[in-house]
Amino acid sequence: MSNEGVIYRISGPVVTATGMEAAMYDVVRVGHEGLMGEVIELHGDKAVIQVYEDTSGIRPGEPVLNTRETLSVALGPGLLTQIYDGIQRPLATLEEVMGVFITRGVDADGFDMEKKWTFEAIVSPGDEVVSGQVIGNVQETETIVHKIMVPPRMSGTVKSIKSGDYNVTEDVCVMEDGSSIQMMQKWPVRTPRPYQQKYAPDTPLITGMRILDFLFPLAKGGAAGIPGPFGSGKTVTQQSLAKYSDAQIVVYIGCGERGNEMTEVLDEFPHLIDPNTGKPLMNRTVMIANTSNMPVAAREASVYTGITIAEYFRDMGYDVALMADSTSRWAEAMREISSRLEEMPGEEGYPAYLSSRIAEFYERAGRVQTLNGDDGSVTVIGAVSPPGGDISEPVSQGTLRIVKVFWGLDAGLARQRHFPAINWLSSYSLYPPSLDQWFRDNISQDYPEIRTAISGLLQIEAELQEIVQLVGSDALPVDQQLTLEVARMIREYFLQQNGFHDVDAFCSVDLHYKMAKAILTFHESAKSAMAAGADLQDVVNVPARTDLMRGRFEATYSDDIDALVNKMNDEIAAAIEEN
Amino acid sequence: MSGKEYRTINDVKGPLVFLNKTEPVAFGEIVQLRLNDGSMKNGQVLDTSEDLVVVQVFEGTAGVDLNTGVKFMGDVFKLPVSDDLIGRILDGAGRPRDGGPEIVAEENADIIGAAINPYSRQSPHDFIQTGISAIDCCTTLVRGQKLPIFSASGLPHNDIALQIARQAKLRDSDEEFIVVFCAMGITAEEFNFFRSDLERTGALENAVLFVNLADDPAVERIITPRLALTAAEYLAFEKDYHVLVIYTDMTNYCDALRQIGAAREEVPGRRGYPGYMYTDLAMLYERAGIVKGKKGSITQFPILTMPGDDITHPIPDLSGYITEGQIVISRELHQAGIYPPINVLPSLSRLMGSCIGEKTTREDHKSVSDQMYAAYAQGRELRGLVAIVGEDALNERDKQLLDFSGVFEDRFLRQSRDEDRSIDETLDLCWNLMNDIDTKYLVRLDQKWIEKYHPDNKD
Repeated sequence: MSNEGVIYRISGPVVTATGMEAAMYDVVRVGHEGLMGEVIELHGDKAVIQVYEDTSGIRPGEPVLNTRETLSVALGPGLLTQIYDGIQRPLATLEEVMGVFITRGVDADGFDMEKKWTFEAIVSPGDEVVSGQVIGNVQETETIVHKIMVPPRMSGTVKSIKSGDYNVTEDVCVMEDGSSIQMMQKWPVRTPRPYQQKYAPDTPLITGMRILDFLFPLAKGGAAGIPGPFGSGKTVTQQSLAKYSDAQIVVYIGCGERGNEMTEVLDEFPHLIDPNTGKPLMNRTVMIANTSNMPVAAREASVYTGITIAEYFRDMGYDVALMADSTSRWAEAMREISSRLEEMPGEEGYPAYLSSRIAEFYERAGRVQTLNGDDGSVTVIGAVSPPGGDISEPVSQGTLRIVKVFWGLDAGLARQRHFPAINWLSSYSLYPPSLDQWFRDNISQDYPEIRTAISGLLQIEAELQEIVQLVGSDALPVDQQLTLEVARMIREYFLQQNGFHDVDAFCSVDLHYKMAKAILTFHESAKSAMAAGADLQDVVNVPARTDLMRGRFEATYSDDIDALVNKMNDEIAAAIEEN
Repeated sequence: MSGKEYRTINDVKGPLVFLNKTEPVAFGEIVQLRLNDGSMKNGQVLDTSEDLVVVQVFEGTAGVDLNTGVKFMGDVFKLPVSDDLIGRILDGAGRPRDGGPEIVAEENADIIGAAINPYSRQSPHDFIQTGISAIDCCTTLVRGQKLPIFSASGLPHNDIALQIARQAKLRDSDEEFIVVFCAMGITAEEFNFFRSDLERTGALENAVLFVNLADDPAVERIITPRLALTAAEYLAFEKDYHVLVIYTDMTNYCDALRQIGAAREEVPGRRGYPGYMYTDLAMLYERAGIVKGKKGSITQFPILTMPGDDITHPIPDLSGYITEGQIVISRELHQAGIYPPINVLPSLSRLMGSCIGEKTTREDHKSVSDQMYAAYAQGRELRGLVAIVGEDALNERDKQLLDFSGVFEDRFLRQSRDEDRSIDETLDLCWNLMNDIDTKYLVRLDQKWIEKYHPDNKD
């Protein structure tokens, strides 16, 4: 047996080779064109390979070469701002080599191997270093310092280390035992990178979307699922998160989605400014774009490529957010491969290992103490595209079992043009207990109570609406009519947010707290005014309330809001005297 | 290739033929079968190994026996393409159907089609005016978009598709579209309807038709759209044409896919459709768009009929996840005698945002479209309420919205089959209709547009 075998059978993206020594997940080169593939099953001397490129025209008898490496990504300076396909080939390089259509048999490095980076050593000869320890820094982009770490499973005494300009494959550090460290390291994508321990998350990931940050907050290091039928705004939500969340590094995986949509992201991101740093967003972003018509096996790999890159930045001590849009396409890729392997299917034709694969993936999220003792996190936000919008299907269910935050998108809301179309009744977050302390310390002591009050009003509205459906709103007592009016204000003024508006797209925690409080203030003043004899319509229609609501589109809103609330209170008080 | 003919068929099952012991055959290779009576059939390799080759026969396996000769052609399926395609009618396998000569190939293009590098795409942003108010105002079509029509049996989707094909144009431009029409399993009658309409308007000279009718082999439908899209890609990206691809009916295509899956004893997904249907559909729909450095474009208008009017059925469902929106045809509106019966509520154009506004359509377009939509949605909802509590229980605002929903259907949606409204006419019409609603209820209209366009403030 050797590393070379021949093709025995080809069935779509699945190729069987014989006469080759192989281990599971070895990367192989298939056929005369050397198409990249990965061993996914062994039967005697037959190895079953999933191929990451189109297999038409390949014949039995063509050679297969085992590289004896597992599918790995290159990690090092040059990752940021890149746009990759599912197996870390930069799309720009592919365009140079192949033109606008993606053909096959082309290999491309994950980033420029020749480019010189300025390495600044922070340890000295004679220092003991352990795996994961930072030995030097590279200013990779304006905002991000790329920390060069001792690769996992390596440690020892530094013999020599020098600052200066190097490319990523040159030795920057030599150890006493003769081993050396380069700026680039490789890591197999299907193996989670090691860390010391996981912590409980205690800091929210601020997304700038009011409904998420306020009602259903996500912790840094947490995992969230966004299921929703088509047209409900999954992609827009994911893109907003990629743009505005306060993570230091963003990994965006477009997994089996639309080409034009990816292009929009690719066009738009380089021009966007990060609201947190004032620098271009691309500086902190790595993108993976594997559209629906690109090879299905590469789609399966793309989420692993993405999460490995995310973990690598986490190990430097960064807060990383990873968006996967959509995990359903990833699951379908698994189903497709599994069916070609003639495996016994589980639910709806998905392989029986679907839920464990989903769980393993989300479990790679977390806030950790890194090998070098730093604090870093990976937050995972996965979109799910349930067929027909019915979340009883296996991918949604597998996701919900593991994630702690569920942002349920609702086609009905989307149809009413209520965006973000996140249903406030069915969504949930299990993080508030661990995050409330943060909100109390950093925003206001009564923050959790305000949240409870607002979500309580929304619950009451849902109950009242059922009655209104039967008897009409005029039949309700005035205090309940007021509750409905307040709930409408919550929905239209607070929960709705225009993701495309310059100002409204991002709302700080401070501001949304004030807005929530303004709503409750209105409720209280209206109640007392009505108790004093004011008419409901007069109270509801005070012009200052409209000004308060419209004001959120102005850049100066956080400065003006207090004055607007006061004015509203005055006008409501005046409404009493009118009667 | 050797050109050897094998007589080693072992099994025949549905559209599939299983052969033993051949020379190494390529995956996806084209196959010719010679029957005992001398007639020929074509096929393609679906699975290949040293011991067994599975061939899918496009024309069906009627008449195939164990002595049928099988010849492997040494290449994957290719379509001869050239400018001569324009004005021709071809069958579902790409052979002339109009009695004309064979297409003289300028090149032979692989029909599978490679994926466009997302990095090399150009975002679509050119507004296409279809002259249909519901589409232009509410689900605006963009050049390079793929926007399917979700319809159902017995609804006038063909009329709408043809009206779009006839009227579609860029604003202030005479540039015409080349129509690539792809019929999959439609009836001869439907096809004649399409052809005579294209003939009548002279559009046939600027069209390429690929036709697989209901009585043509079902399996052939798997390749028909691929041929059409290959032709479209050639015309768009080699010859700089703007191409509008209409294919109908995607449901028949998916059923053919299911048929092959069943014959191969594959593990079925939902409703028996293969688990890879999403990827398979994506490989068709994604062949739309504009690429950097090329002048042409491909805009797709797939038509699919939703079995049982069910939008959650796998075919519309998977399509909706790939395409950039959908135009939904409503039986209710059709029964109310409204043409075109487009239900704007579940309809959507995802690329609309990039092509409307001051520079392309009109500054008030977004505002007007949002308001029309919202008012109609609320009006429709109120109809349910009125059925229970009666109209008297409504307040003034609700009454106006309820009335508006009727006006919306009667005057905004309804137009004749040859009425071509410009976008300005459409938007002005919207303003006129919204005149019946008190402006204080029109909260989605920007104040500055009210001042500029509202009939009260005009003249």
